[in-house]
Amino acid sequence: MSVSSALYNTFFKRNSVFVGTVFAGAFAFGVGFDIGVTKFYDAWNKGKQWKDIRHKYVTEE
Amino acid sequence: MLSRLSAGAFKKAASAGASRSAVNGARSASVRFASTQASGSAALESVLNSRAALATATAVSVGTIAWYTHLYGNLPFLGEAHASHLSDEGLHPQAYPWSHKGVLDTFDHASIRRGYQVYREVCAACHSLDRIAWRNLVGVSHTADEARAMAEEVEYSDGPGSDGEMFQRPGKLADYMPAPYPNEEAARAGNAGAYPPDLSLIIKARHGGADYVFSLLTGYQDPPAGVEIREGMNYNPYFPGGAISMARVLFDGLVEYDDGTPATTSQMAKDVVTFLSWASEPEHDERKKYGIKAVIIFSVLTALSLYVKRFKWGPIKNRKISYNPPADKTH
Repeated sequence: MSVSSALYNTFFKRNSVFVGTVFAGAFAFGVGFDIGVTKFYDAWNKGKQWKDIRHKYVTEE
Repeated sequence: MLSRLSAGAFKKAASAGASRSAVNGARSASVRFASTQASGSAALESVLNSRAALATATAVSVGTIAWYTHLYGNLPFLGEAHASHLSDEGLHPQAYPWSHKGVLDTFDHASIRRGYQVYREVCAACHSLDRIAWRNLVGVSHTADEARAMAEEVEYSDGPGSDGEMFQRPGKLADYMPAPYPNEEAARAGNAGAYPPDLSLIIKARHGGADYVFSLLTGYQDPPAGVEIREGMNYNPYFPGGAISMARVLFDGLVEYDDGTPATTSQMAKDVVTFLSWASEPEHDERKKYGIKAVIIFSVLTALSLYVKRFKWGPIKNRKISYNPPADKTH
């Protein structure tokens, strides 16, 4: 069985599975994309944001 | 041709046509249709020469001019004489390299913290900051404990209590920054008639924004020869008109920063302007992050849609329609 037919039988054959795949994929992409952009943004603005200077002012109890 | 006829002739023809069409409607309609077809250019000419066309053209030009002057104030290419001098507009501030200027740059939050200190120790004596609450500082420039401690130093009037009286209580995180004056009249009375504007949105509310406020704070100087400044006013070339009621307030070493930054005039001005920029746009950092996401997503979607369009149209654009004429069978 080739890869494409395995792919078809796993994800595309039943509509319920297909829709579930789309929803799960959208959720996973949303989380991953957010993490990626945030990582870049924090690297670009290193040392400027509150989370970078917070340790200077917070007092642990 | 029709335009040469008088209005009376039109009316007569119309009534005649009406009476005729009452007799045999179908025939007169077809007759009128044929005559209109025959003199097509003449009909067009009559429309263009009509009074309605003249009135419409007049209305369009008057409306366009009115709309344009409403939008832009005056018509282009017409000379104007002004009694004002350029200094009445204020010196344009130069563009400064703010730490949050770039499309990907957040605020420098250490600067916001120092700027808050400058605002609290210097500006807050006259200027209110109505739209910023203590809770807004949490996670931006101060920890929750620090903000709570600062809020508790201020007494707020609250109530009414169970006895129907207003009472005083220490501030909470949800309270807004205390104003130096109870109302505008009190503020004017305390400042020789000038009203110190609220600083919550001042960066958005002034042409030049952060550059202007920084230039104003650092731009105080002696008036040049020939410029008269009234008693109690101060000269600042960046202020429209040049005469400002606020005196220079920032001098080297005025505040003592807890992070050890030397408190020069320009450093304090830069910090307080950064703080006020944040106060004007608290959503700034989040907004730019969403901007990055939006640009990436929409670029991909645009590229995808362009590709799909080309993919779908490829066969249609590249097809060749050939015509094979039938064989001639007459010979």
